[in-house]
Amino acid sequence: MDSVLDGGFAEPVMQSQTAFRAIMDALANPGTIRDLVTSKPIGGLSAELASVMLILADHDTSIWLDDALRGDAAVLEFLSFHTGAPVVRAPGAAVFAGASSASQLPAFAQFNLGTQEYPDRSTTIVLAVPALSGGETLITRGPGIKGHGHINPVGLPKDFVVQWADNRELFPRGIDLLLAADGQVMGLPRSTRISEGH
Amino acid sequence: MNAVAQYNFAYLDEQTKRMIRRAILKAIAIPGYQVPFSSREMPMPYGWGTGGVQVTASIIGPQDVLKVIDQGADDTTNAVSIRAFFAKVAQVETTTHTAEATIIQTRHRIPEKALGQGQILVYQVPIPEPLRFLEPRETETRKMHALEEYGLMHVKLYEDIARHGRIATTYAYPVKVEGRYVMDPSPTPKFDNPKMHMSEALQLFGAGREHRIYAVPPHTEVVSLDFEDHPFEIQHFEEPCALCGASQVYLDEVILDDRGGHMYVCSDTDNCEERRAAGHVGALGADPMEAAE
Amino acid sequence: MYVAVKGGEAAIANAHALLADRRRGDRAVPALRIDQIVEQLGLAVDRAMGEGSLYDKELAALALVQARGDLIEAIFLVRAYRTTLPRFGYSQPIETGEMLIERRISATFKDLPGGQMLGPTFDYTHRLLDPSIVDGAVPEPVTREADTAQAPRVTDMLGRQGLMEPDGETDPDREVGDLTREPLDFPLDRDLRLQALARGDEGFLLALGYSTQRGYGRSHPFVGEIRIGEVDVEFDVPELGFTVNLGRVRVTECQMVNQFKGSAKVPPQFTRGYGLVFGQAERKAMAMSLVDRALRAREFGEDIVAPAQDEEFVISHSDNVQATGFVEHLKLPHYVDFQAELDLIRRMRADHDAAEMQEAAE
Repeated sequence: MDSVLDGGFAEPVMQSQTAFRAIMDALANPGTIRDLVTSKPIGGLSAELASVMLILADHDTSIWLDDALRGDAAVLEFLSFHTGAPVVRAPGAAVFAGASSASQLPAFAQFNLGTQEYPDRSTTIVLAVPALSGGETLITRGPGIKGHGHINPVGLPKDFVVQWADNRELFPRGIDLLLAADGQVMGLPRSTRISEGH
Repeated sequence: MNAVAQYNFAYLDEQTKRMIRRAILKAIAIPGYQVPFSSREMPMPYGWGTGGVQVTASIIGPQDVLKVIDQGADDTTNAVSIRAFFAKVAQVETTTHTAEATIIQTRHRIPEKALGQGQILVYQVPIPEPLRFLEPRETETRKMHALEEYGLMHVKLYEDIARHGRIATTYAYPVKVEGRYVMDPSPTPKFDNPKMHMSEALQLFGAGREHRIYAVPPHTEVVSLDFEDHPFEIQHFEEPCALCGASQVYLDEVILDDRGGHMYVCSDTDNCEERRAAGHVGALGADPMEAAE
Repeated sequence: MYVAVKGGEAAIANAHALLADRRRGDRAVPALRIDQIVEQLGLAVDRAMGEGSLYDKELAALALVQARGDLIEAIFLVRAYRTTLPRFGYSQPIETGEMLIERRISATFKDLPGGQMLGPTFDYTHRLLDPSIVDGAVPEPVTREADTAQAPRVTDMLGRQGLMEPDGETDPDREVGDLTREPLDFPLDRDLRLQALARGDEGFLLALGYSTQRGYGRSHPFVGEIRIGEVDVEFDVPELGFTVNLGRVRVTECQMVNQFKGSAKVPPQFTRGYGLVFGQAERKAMAMSLVDRALRAREFGEDIVAPAQDEEFVISHSDNVQATGFVEHLKLPHYVDFQAELDLIRRMRADHDAAEMQEAAE
């Protein structure tokens, strides 16, 4: 990467719209996989994470980054130049959280979970995973899912099902999760129930 | 003076769209919860669909096909005006056919034809707070939602039964979403409430003047509030549509003279036209050519 | 065969053509020029700028013509344009103590440093219609050079003696509230409340201010000072590392001085009600300062008993663009809902009639 000017969308208005619809559809239909418009990776920031931040973050939204990303000058320069979003150290202060891998991610409960009055004031976590399918199968239920669905992303946090159940228990509070890999995105809003099984 | 500005695609600037898009994502994640957003002044008045217009402007793209209805009809003046607005600022294809539309912006109706996967219904909402007429203060209603304290709403509905023998709410009939939030479905007739339940379409609600956005994802439970001894029921019409003969649809009463003469016609004009094109004929809907023969 | 009414599109186009015709009126009469409105209907322009939240006289004047003189419609046009403008940041607070004063009066002191300056006021004019103003020659007014250093604010003078509550300290790192960017969340901080009042409808605030004088939230107000004139607007450019002057704007400031008996923590002192409006808008600034003081009831631990003290009520209903939109939306078609109500009333009447028949039979 030569310049911080790189990495933005060539046609920001239209590409943001297309990519936003992918994210919106992903969250409205939890567990389904949607094609994201991506530019390119920026240092340790995957192209998918970069894309989500370009679409959703700006001066008004704070971003938490894992240690690997926060230590990467190219990532910080890219986010500062293209989004203007302030980078915060405390996960509880973040509107968006970007994590380059599950091992870098603190427990969900450490992020902003919103309040009972304002459950919308919570963190949306964007997690780069090795793949959105091919891993252990989990069962999903809830709004946006007809009956029940299956997901099998690779590279979730170790105690994911337990952590997620705790997150679901807090409803309407809780974090929302976007998983991203291979130019695609999967949405898991706090309303989704996830269990092990086939 | 150079007052003629170059407007962005879909009118709103990108920063405003991002703010609204973030609100939409939260709304989807918390079905039925009203997300506060910083509504912008739009070039049409508050109360005339600015919330719906801002939601549509934030999601619409060149690949979309837009339908706009008001009172179920595509040709009512405000529907015409909003459709023309998007045709101008977003250069999108528009349609009156429900099945062809990817985004349908509506005021006061849900189309008769069941919506499908991938379709988005955008409601224009005047008063998003279902508890507002029981408690005018936002600070109070916010607490009631937080504590899931909806007793007041049941009391109101029950008072109706005590006084009128039935629940006297005919439109904007409150619903409960996924067993958690009581939600205002916007002033649609309660006839349309069952269509919201487990719909395949994504339903987005925009209230511009009141600065709120809320949502019902596809396949989501939407239950109209009621009582065991007074179950929720929808309106029934005594006569079918005079033009297409449809029953089990919502009808508008049209006054024909000043001696009480009236007839009922479909509120959903597209549904009515499609039925007539398919050969369905109501009492007054005979084709003029055939009638002349 | 019944044919449903169609042709909304043509009807709208025709209505707009007729509106344009009526707006222009008799073609034999010369069309208004924007500069005529800026020069000769200046207070209407000021109101459109103030409640429109956009300081641009030409645009406000254009809005007034386009709105056929309907002020709320003009304010709406200005707002709808404002919302599309890019935002570069927030200016430094203006310094009204350094105003180039055109009018400055105090009702609390007979004389004071800088003196009283009546300026261009309607006060003391006899309200007699005067046809001669239409084409009569206007003599040049008597003027003198403004002397900025000589007119400190009355509230500052009281403040030095400890008789006036301080202006309040703001955390310099705290970003100023902006209701055009964030949804309101009650209770509000005072900056947001003042912003809402500055944009609020003059008539609504006038009525509420008036109500406080008649006992609905009485606050013993005195006009400490009203000043009208021009102030510099400065903008801090972090990239440059210094402040640039963007130009001057005319504003009206009203500082109302109100009684406060003090509390366990605070000694007795005067409290402030503050009004600041674009342009020359004295009535609005005064009404705003009365309502501001009334809305500080919670801060001072006063009983909230009157409409003007009720923040959620006042601020939720002060915006005339919102109010007019929602009131006027009642003329949009509502026949779907009305049909539902019609059906209900008919059923209830049928029940009622049946019950009466039954009673009569028994």
